[in-house]
Amino acid sequence: MIKTDALIIGAGPTGLFCAHQLGIIGLKCEIVDNLDKIGGQCIELYPDKPIYDIPAIPECTGEELTNNLIEQIKPFNINFHLSDRVQEIKKEKKNWRVKTLNGKEFLTPNIVIAGGVGSFEPRKFPTKSADKFDGKTVLYSIKDKTIFKDKSVVIFGGGDSALDWAIELSKSSKVTLIHRRDEFRGAQSSVDKVKELQKNNKLEIFTKYSIKDIKGNGKLESVEIKDDDGNSKLISADYVLGFFGLIMQLGPILDWGLNIDKKTIPVNTETFETNKQGIFAIGDICTYPGKLKLILSGFHEGALAARGCFKYARPDEKLRFEFTTTSKAVQNRLGLKND
Amino acid sequence: MAKITYIEHSGQKHEIDVANGLTVMEGAVQNDIPGIDADCGGSMACATCHVYVKEDWFPKLPNKETGEDDMLDQAYEPKANSRLSCQITVSDELNGLVVHLPEKQV
Repeated sequence: MIKTDALIIGAGPTGLFCAHQLGIIGLKCEIVDNLDKIGGQCIELYPDKPIYDIPAIPECTGEELTNNLIEQIKPFNINFHLSDRVQEIKKEKKNWRVKTLNGKEFLTPNIVIAGGVGSFEPRKFPTKSADKFDGKTVLYSIKDKTIFKDKSVVIFGGGDSALDWAIELSKSSKVTLIHRRDEFRGAQSSVDKVKELQKNNKLEIFTKYSIKDIKGNGKLESVEIKDDDGNSKLISADYVLGFFGLIMQLGPILDWGLNIDKKTIPVNTETFETNKQGIFAIGDICTYPGKLKLILSGFHEGALAARGCFKYARPDEKLRFEFTTTSKAVQNRLGLKND
Repeated sequence: MAKITYIEHSGQKHEIDVANGLTVMEGAVQNDIPGIDADCGGSMACATCHVYVKEDWFPKLPNKETGEDDMLDQAYEPKANSRLSCQITVSDELNGLVVHLPEKQV
């Protein structure tokens, strides 16, 4: 079990800067994120898109912003728990006992929810018949590619994941790639490769088709696809893979007894505490009169939430306001050498 | 100003006057119409404001910008008349526009 002053849920820009602010006032924190990398929406949704409204940074991409924040919090040696999700929280005297999906446990007086619009999960097939094969022969990610050897694999999607796996699996499986329109959004080199494989009969492509049904009694047998005019086609399959990108879901946060208003959590604007003592919400996930869903607002909210955490983490101490430019204590925390 | 009709998957209709310059997504969100989530707030970074534009209106709308179709690939049950409502800006010309909301957004 890990004891810490604050547990931050979400490694997006807001969570990262809150970690910085906690470090500045001398508190320790740990960060959990469902994604396998740091950066949240910035890294998952728009790593290459320029952002123009970060104060004092005229232009930077989501990836650059993330890298700079990681650099900025380096002095605090913060532990990240990636590809994991906070599942359960329980009040234990003055602390929260927190359990994650991967079985990690934390004991902390403060939880800071910086979860954006929720955790990223793969979008699934809309057809109900897909559910009974989910996780067995209908898959949205691949852990072990050897299971597809010499099998018929039907892949849905038009992005890089769909194309990359179509190329890779075509080496030793019978691959059919299906996409709802003619253009693929993946890298041009992958699109060219897939078309070349199609020409050499190494894989089949059907465009302007989407899924209609998944058939099979106990064992998956075939996929039915349809075009816009309602014509359908049956393709035999051992495995069906869907790569439709990621959607965001609030998930277990809904079960923690927090007030929720349209997928957001109301907070007080003094400390960004929620209706539960010691649980704070910052960034896109919080709401209050005048709330702007901007990264810069998330930074402000994180700074105030960090101060809010202090009174529960150090109940017997008084927080002194200090500047990074002049405070020796703060500069020590930043690892700077004072002359 | 344009009168826009949002029809929920259940068939429930909402006729709303939406000011010029707002998007069809904002018209829905500001009037609490269920069925449009708009998780990313209109930055074309998700596909949760997905609508089906009534067939006769679809060709009258300004064309999709680069990237909208890429996001629509990730929508729930996209069709030929699918659009992201955050990418449709309201003007007088859109008076009478009808959009159907999908069964769900996520």
